[in-house]
Amino acid sequence: MDLGEINPILLVASLMVAATPLLLAAIGELVVEKAGVLNLGVEGMMIVGAISGFAISVETGSPWLGFIAAAVGGAVLSLLFVLLTQVALANQVASGLALTLFGLGFSALMGQSYVGVKPPSMGDIHIPVISDIPVIGPILFQHDPILYVGIALTAAVWATLKYTRIGLILRAVGENHDAAHALGYKVIKIRIMAILFGGACAGLGGAYISLIRVPQWTEGMTAGVGWIALALVVFASWKPWRALLGAYLFGGITVLQLNLQAAGVAIPVEYLAMSPYIITILVLVILSADKSSAPAALGRTFHASH
Amino acid sequence: MTTPLLSLQGLTKAYPGVVANDQVSFDIGEGEVHALLGENGAGKSTLVKMIYGLVKPDSGIMQLRGQPFAPPEPRAARADGIAMVFQHFSLFDALNVAENIALGMENPPSMGDLASRIRDVSETYGLPLDPYRTVGDLSAGERQRVEIIRCLLQDPKLLIMDEPTSVLTPQEVDILFETLNKLRSEGTSILYISHKLEEIRTLCDHATILRLGKNVGECIPAETSARDMAEMMVGATLQTPERAGREFGEVALDVSGLSVPSPSEFGTALKNVHLTVRKGEVLGIGGVAGNGQDELLGVLSGEIQTPADAIRFNGQPIGKLGPTARRRLGVLTAPEERLGHAAAPDMSLVENALLTGSVREGLESNGFLKWADTRSFAEKIISAFDVRTPGPENAARSLSGGNLQKFVIGREVLQNPDVLVVNQPTWGVDAAAAASIRQAILDLAAKGSAVICISQDLDELMEISDSFAALNEGRLSAPRPTTGLTVDEIGLMMGGAHGMEVAHV
Repeated sequence: MDLGEINPILLVASLMVAATPLLLAAIGELVVEKAGVLNLGVEGMMIVGAISGFAISVETGSPWLGFIAAAVGGAVLSLLFVLLTQVALANQVASGLALTLFGLGFSALMGQSYVGVKPPSMGDIHIPVISDIPVIGPILFQHDPILYVGIALTAAVWATLKYTRIGLILRAVGENHDAAHALGYKVIKIRIMAILFGGACAGLGGAYISLIRVPQWTEGMTAGVGWIALALVVFASWKPWRALLGAYLFGGITVLQLNLQAAGVAIPVEYLAMSPYIITILVLVILSADKSSAPAALGRTFHASH
Repeated sequence: MTTPLLSLQGLTKAYPGVVANDQVSFDIGEGEVHALLGENGAGKSTLVKMIYGLVKPDSGIMQLRGQPFAPPEPRAARADGIAMVFQHFSLFDALNVAENIALGMENPPSMGDLASRIRDVSETYGLPLDPYRTVGDLSAGERQRVEIIRCLLQDPKLLIMDEPTSVLTPQEVDILFETLNKLRSEGTSILYISHKLEEIRTLCDHATILRLGKNVGECIPAETSARDMAEMMVGATLQTPERAGREFGEVALDVSGLSVPSPSEFGTALKNVHLTVRKGEVLGIGGVAGNGQDELLGVLSGEIQTPADAIRFNGQPIGKLGPTARRRLGVLTAPEERLGHAAAPDMSLVENALLTGSVREGLESNGFLKWADTRSFAEKIISAFDVRTPGPENAARSLSGGNLQKFVIGREVLQNPDVLVVNQPTWGVDAAAAASIRQAILDLAAKGSAVICISQDLDELMEISDSFAALNEGRLSAPRPTTGLTVDEIGLMMGGAHGMEVAHV
């Protein structure tokens, strides 16, 4: 065993990469749930995003087009959820589970000819001057652009929910859809927009795994990240910055335990492998002990009956 | 006569199976307080929803100051100066006052400006309110202020108020009326919906009465007796429940020194509650909603456990017993919320009869259900309480509020309880059904049962209870005999005006 082999700078830098898919999916789901909709199909939308992005960037040679395709792919799959829950007024839990099962199967079908193919690389941004600062430079300023998109998205969602009228209306719809309807807001329309946004974010998160983190295509490669994103939203008390913290914590411990395994620490591998889940849940449970609670209309079907 | 502010001509709106409004016409003048009277289901709500743009009429026209007026959505109605205070508050518990108000405005200013405007308006009209408080923490009276201020910030020409006083103490009602009178003197018209006739007689200039969707008459409330108006609403002569003089027996239920926290986040803890109720006595418990009524019912029903000694039934401690054990002893309860608490909405009346009746009526043996007996029990309730339904197999949800309430109360009354606790027994029930429910409660007491009636309808409590106590922020006042109590005294027992002050300016 040699802990000295673990490079702290590389460790911190790679935790940000490990956390980004989770963060993207969680931020999207946070917006969906703030609008009062519970979409359990995150995993399905992620994996469809992963293969859409992978296929398009392989075919076109452009990772950027790939990410756009991933967002579109996730959103298109979430459109199925929209049809089921907002138009046909089906049960949200069942529809979300169906979406995940469908997404996993459909992505496997789409991806058959892409197994073993190497996608074009996106390349990291080296911001001049500040990326050359020792320690901080490699940790913070030498990453791929999508990682910064994830952080920017967190900030944008936080500011939108807190300071803008559209954010206020979104929260109102999630809090009490009957009252929002009585005030003349288009509950269904707002929820559809939120679901599509959530789908696009999940798709981006999925493509981040297949194009940057791994990067290759294998069936079921999202491996439960969508479910962790769902749990993260709850434990983060529906607060964007806490979701970011939780994602980084989870990513950090995942990377750390891999490093520890490689360094041959005398802890059974099973315990190391479960540690990210346990520690993230523990920390967020302690954080979520405050009064803030779920959107009151979460998971309830809205029907404008007079 | 000058052009009225709003003129309705031949408004008709039909839903599948029911005509909610049938050729309704009337005018609302400038600066007039116009009352809209009617039973539940008479079509009042549908009518105001048409004015507010939530529902489109099938036929008929509306004119605002002589111009055609057909708002496609509430936004358009608000732009034309129509504002509405809803019966069930359209507020968002988790948001603060300013955010709630911003949601009801077309072009809200920045939060800082809005907060200072809220302070200005609330002081002008004597409705003090802190813009940054979370609405979930406010009392019912304060929540209504939020709604009213939301309307006033838009300088409405017509303010629609749907049953505004049902949640207020008498003092709060006085303050509300001062505010409304001030608005009238400034030229704002008010459409006031209520079935509290005395209020309408003091406040309103003109009244339109609806029955089964039709306009059945108009009157000047100040010159018409409440009884005449009530009979126009019902279309029949009203019967007042009769109270036979009776002797009280020994103490049936004794609650002493009871303090429990509320199980829900926005609930009210009960603080040192004492009460006794004797056999044959009806104890009325008044108070504004949210002052511990639900918690008190939960404690008495056994849903909330307490120290064993805190509640005694015939001297026996029952605080640790659950609802089923208490039912076996003879302590029965009928909660307020019909759909979800008192009855399971999607289950049939037979199944609902079984749910509370199984112990006392012996509807199960060794874990197997006796459906035939249950069915005849359900039928007995339906016939004894005149529940209008095609049959006992119908889902509870399919019954109208009044009919389901008769079923829920009848189900408990027919089990011959020694103690019956009811919460809001006639909430949302029309006058005829309410009278029969009250009569059933009085008959039960006359047979020697002890009854606790929790209600926000003071007239109801005055009518049926022998003694009266009020809940205020989880504390119960000392009970006093009902005869001779004045409205002012009751108001003070209910905690006065909760910091409201009368409009000054």
